[in-house]
Amino acid sequence: MGKLSIEDLAKIKEESKRKMNLRDGEYKAKINVHMGTCGIAAGARTIVDALLREIEKKDIKEIMVTTSGCAGLCSREPMATVEIKGGAPVKYADLTEAKIIKILNEHALAGKVVKEYALAVGSEKTTA
Amino acid sequence: MAKAYRIEVMACTGTGCVSNGAFEVIEAIREELKKKNLHSEVDIIATGCNGICALGPIMVVKPDNIFYKEITKKDVPYLVEEHFLKGRPVKKFMYTPPEEKEPIPLLNEINFFTKQVLVALRNRGLVDPEVIEDYIARDGYAAFAKAITEMTPEKVIQEITASGLRGRGGAGFPTGLKWQAVRRATSEEKFIICNGDEGDPGAFMDRSIVESDPHSVIEGLLIGAYATGASKAFVYIRNEYPLAVKRIEIAIEQARDRGLIGEKIFGLDFNFDIKIVRGAGAFVCGEETALIASVEGRLGEPRPRPPYPAEKGLWGRPTCINNVETWATVPVIISRGAKWFSSMGTATSKGTKVFSLVGKVNNTGLIEVPMGITLKEIIYDIGGGITDGKKFKAVQTGGPSGGCITAALLDLPIDYESLTAAGSMMGSGGMVVMDEETCMVDIARYFLSFTAYESCGKCTPCREGTAEMLKILERICNGNGQPSDLETLGTLSHAIKEGSLCGLGKTAPNPVLSTMKYFKEEYESHIYKKKCPAKTCRKLNEYVIDEKRCLSVGHGCDICKKECAYDAIIGQTKEAHRIIQEKCVKCGSCYDVCKFNAININ
Repeated sequence: MGKLSIEDLAKIKEESKRKMNLRDGEYKAKINVHMGTCGIAAGARTIVDALLREIEKKDIKEIMVTTSGCAGLCSREPMATVEIKGGAPVKYADLTEAKIIKILNEHALAGKVVKEYALAVGSEKTTA
Repeated sequence: MAKAYRIEVMACTGTGCVSNGAFEVIEAIREELKKKNLHSEVDIIATGCNGICALGPIMVVKPDNIFYKEITKKDVPYLVEEHFLKGRPVKKFMYTPPEEKEPIPLLNEINFFTKQVLVALRNRGLVDPEVIEDYIARDGYAAFAKAITEMTPEKVIQEITASGLRGRGGAGFPTGLKWQAVRRATSEEKFIICNGDEGDPGAFMDRSIVESDPHSVIEGLLIGAYATGASKAFVYIRNEYPLAVKRIEIAIEQARDRGLIGEKIFGLDFNFDIKIVRGAGAFVCGEETALIASVEGRLGEPRPRPPYPAEKGLWGRPTCINNVETWATVPVIISRGAKWFSSMGTATSKGTKVFSLVGKVNNTGLIEVPMGITLKEIIYDIGGGITDGKKFKAVQTGGPSGGCITAALLDLPIDYESLTAAGSMMGSGGMVVMDEETCMVDIARYFLSFTAYESCGKCTPCREGTAEMLKILERICNGNGQPSDLETLGTLSHAIKEGSLCGLGKTAPNPVLSTMKYFKEEYESHIYKKKCPAKTCRKLNEYVIDEKRCLSVGHGCDICKKECAYDAIIGQTKEAHRIIQEKCVKCGSCYDVCKFNAININ
């Protein structure tokens, strides 16, 4: 490994930012994939995997991917909830890999709700 | 391309958790993650000590900060399935405070952690101590970069002086003043030393810092070397700390690879090297002149001061010697400023102090608190109170050199001066809590046996005096105390304090003096009534079987009789048993084995 310059310190810090954000619980947007038995059976794990690999590929640092239990609407799994820090959570249903990538790019990163996939905004209030 | 994970499991691998099987649990989690194909989503990191050692092995699950305790290998499949796969944190592995029913899921809501302020332990549980990038990611080596590019050595010393930082090894000498003395000394060669010869019974602050964040010590040394004009450092560390030695070795190797140790660091005109010296475990080597002798390869014995090491230290050269915690604190002061650091603490003692909280307290472990916090907050809020709901009796601070502080002083805001005024001392930060069942004479005897054993033998008052005091204390504990013993102990104490060269002898009588001051009636009870009020000194106890209970509850189980090596117990199975006092040697074995509480101590 090469010798460090002072500038390298900042570079290493930037490169490790995603890891440190995870440890500090810092995020701009959080994508929560529901992983009840129903979610897993419907393919929630491929949704998580697609998300993480996209985050790696694009070197995105401020999106947190978490999982939680069943959201209660088992027939519409896989589902995910996207929450921009401080904003109302939005639930998405019937997800596919392509859909979640679109949600990641448009909603989590750019802040625009992907209405055609959204099930509800806020808590337990259906818009579809 | 850095890998992305959704969960990082920060598993403690401090010595406490490791001895409870942390490495095996980590390995089991790794395997389970692979089995469930979760290893590309969930990562597990071996961190340093988290502090709450009594509950090991512990782990904190990020990003949610869920705190798990006492995880064993057989818990792993369930934990991985429930939490890491299905996202349902597992209640039964969470911490429930004593006397409460509901567990607390989040680390930051557990009392043990909320009252702490982390400066020296700033990275605890957040970095992998064996990965330099983790340290750099948390602003590591940025303080050194700031010092060497934006500050003159004088400015660095000014900042440390202004911060009010005092030596964390025990004596509390102002760090800035020491650095200044080394800076001013003229010599073609200067040295700095990191004193990691932590020897107080029950103290593990330095061990934990080196194990969990070794780079913070290296960065402190770099800043100290730049400020004082030294170019070579020695890290003196006990050989009994294998994990600490291994981690500092790895850290030094990594720092060397990345050019943070060596020649022309950061491409500037600054050279620096670090060497590890392993101590063989003599307590006296924590004394700075004895430590220097030991580094030089001579017998670890202290010499008179002055000259102080700042003038004539290692191989006669000006030497700046500070302990592990002091060095680990330095980088934060440089990066956040003296003002920030001195805003914490009391008038004379600034910043924070690391303590190892042990003894009869619920949450034993390693804590860092602002100076000026009260003992009550430490013992009851952080420590979770006394075990088994017993009564608090005293707390011993400063290890074998310190003294006991009683319940009357629980509201004392602690700093260097207040502890000394109370007849104890700050010391390196060992804090042993004692409950009503602790015999204070026995405690004094224990600490004296430690110092008598560890006395290097150079000064007669220390060598002979501590041995003589120990003999008297053993006599008192065995029921052979004389009325004149208290006075003799007092006279000897003062003679040893007066006539010894180094801190070991000068402070060795402190545990005796402070217990005689606050618990004189316990000494008197041992001497005149031949009774130990705490029932700890077995030779003073009389063991009697409650015959009714023996028969009705224990059905004359006969176990005590089988245990007694002196045939002092009579009675047949299914009959009440009895102890023949003339034959009893008061070893207490029968009391220990009786499952029915049928043996009483009079």
